[in-house]
Amino acid sequence: MDENRKKELKKIAVNVRKGVIEGTFNAKSGHPGGSLSIADIVTYLYFEKMNVDPKNPDDENRDRFVLSKGHTAPALYAALAHRGFFPVELLKTLRKPDSILQGHPSMRYTPGVDMSTGSLGQGISAACGMALGGKLQGKSFKVYVPLGDGEIEEGQVWEAAMFAGNRKLDNLVAIVDYNNLQIDGSLDEVNSPYPIKEKFEAFNWNVIEINGHCFREIEEAFNKADECKDKPTCIVAHTTKGKGVSFMEDKCDWHGSAPNAEQYAQAMAELDAAMAELEV
Amino acid sequence: MADVIKCATRDAYGAALKELGSRDDILVLDADLAKATKTITFKKEFPDKFIDCGIAEGNMMGVAAGLATTGYTVFASSFAMFAAGRAFEQVRNSIAYPNLNVKIGATHAGISVGEDGASHQCCEDIALMRSIPNMVIINPADDVEAKQAVIAAAEHEGPVYMRFGRLAVPRVNAEDYKFELGKGVELKAGNDVTIVASGLMVNEALIAAESLKAEGIDARVINIHTIKPIDKDILVKAAKETGAIVTAEEHSIIGGLGGAVAEALAEEYPVPVIRLGVNDTFGKSGPALELLKIYGLDAENIVKKAKAAVELKHKLGK
Repeated sequence: MDENRKKELKKIAVNVRKGVIEGTFNAKSGHPGGSLSIADIVTYLYFEKMNVDPKNPDDENRDRFVLSKGHTAPALYAALAHRGFFPVELLKTLRKPDSILQGHPSMRYTPGVDMSTGSLGQGISAACGMALGGKLQGKSFKVYVPLGDGEIEEGQVWEAAMFAGNRKLDNLVAIVDYNNLQIDGSLDEVNSPYPIKEKFEAFNWNVIEINGHCFREIEEAFNKADECKDKPTCIVAHTTKGKGVSFMEDKCDWHGSAPNAEQYAQAMAELDAAMAELEV
Repeated sequence: MADVIKCATRDAYGAALKELGSRDDILVLDADLAKATKTITFKKEFPDKFIDCGIAEGNMMGVAAGLATTGYTVFASSFAMFAAGRAFEQVRNSIAYPNLNVKIGATHAGISVGEDGASHQCCEDIALMRSIPNMVIINPADDVEAKQAVIAAAEHEGPVYMRFGRLAVPRVNAEDYKFELGKGVELKAGNDVTIVASGLMVNEALIAAESLKAEGIDARVINIHTIKPIDKDILVKAAKETGAIVTAEEHSIIGGLGGAVAEALAEEYPVPVIRLGVNDTFGKSGPALELLKIYGLDAENIVKKAKAAVELKHKLGK
């Protein structure tokens, strides 16, 4: 990708982050930390990589996105809105009774959401089913499934990993959002899932480690995933929880709490400044 | 009785799947129990449409959900204990909440699992599945009904939980029987008391009705094969006309057929409802037929409960 395109994606990612802050602030709840850490990868997938059409969200040949770490729905919603699946204005309705934007993704409420998720460990199994369905039908779509690094403490993730490895689902790409923080603290303090890379390799996956905030590395990783045959790919993306909002960065307290008015103003000011810098 | 045909409803499940197999949209999943759940009957005929997910029921339900999003009608099979019990939350969140077209074939339900004992005798599955929105629950009485129920489940859009047994049970329905999803079936008329039964207890209910007749009690027998949505009309009619109900099921008395009937009647036409089932206890190992007697899941006990229901009706002056 050239520098101009990279800059474009960076700008979109700022907008996605602003959507995360807008949504969680208005909802007075939600999960900004992990939404901000996955924002660059979600941006890359929706604006560069995936074959999706906002005018035809149910196209049977579209690439699928299953947010297994469903609590970071604000990032997905912001990407879908900016991609044209629904008005950006709706991001402010996050978690409200009349909203199409549920606290966790629901395929029955929101255009562009491919699977209802939120109960950790379940999305990756559904993603395996989608990938297998695509293979059985001879379709060439791919299935992308972001996992939280804390989420991989769930046993079901490894049931699914075993299944995908055994079935050689090379149309499946998991992304571990490796920010090293979960609700109760750092991963190794709570219940270490380390080593992540070796675990997925042991389940017959192709594993790629990257900086999850660098668009060049993100692009290379997803291209390598395309080239890999007979194995599913796991991209272990080293990220920073709360990325892009200084006071949220690397703080597990921002896993599941919303900014107050003052924090909202500061976060938006920082993101506006980041945008201004990109527009120079 | 020598000419009574006996067949396990799980065998009918396998046979029905084989019949459905020619449809392009059908896939069958199992969790390393194909020989026991009888999905092997399908697998032999359609190996490419059979997916063994191994001993990982939670993942199997999620895979089924994912496949359903790509247009398949998916049958996911395991023992009731693991399908409804272990994988409860995957069924709730990945299948029922998005209302996906997954049919759960749960075999080896109830005490009649026999020698394997309490760990495998699931008497809570109907209660679990009933509490999930969008879920349809079918508990067929015999192989004739089971086979048609599977076909009906495939026609229904959305999740269905089908409950099958391990034990070969007597056939109660004629070959020309027509299964209708959600409709109770009056098998015997009667005006003193109604026995509402499901699964293998339907046959016991018919035997009990004969015994009651000899004692001057005219019992109606209703087969409720679809436990959710339940046929309220047939229940309210029975309550009005007979004034007393006995429910009979091979499931906990909590939350199953008895619970569903009591709930429906309490709100629409309250009459005495006496529930016969597994009495809030775990099972144990033993031959299935002996266990059914030990736990009071037989005609003899239905007769007792029916008499008690009639007595209660009179006591309440209904």
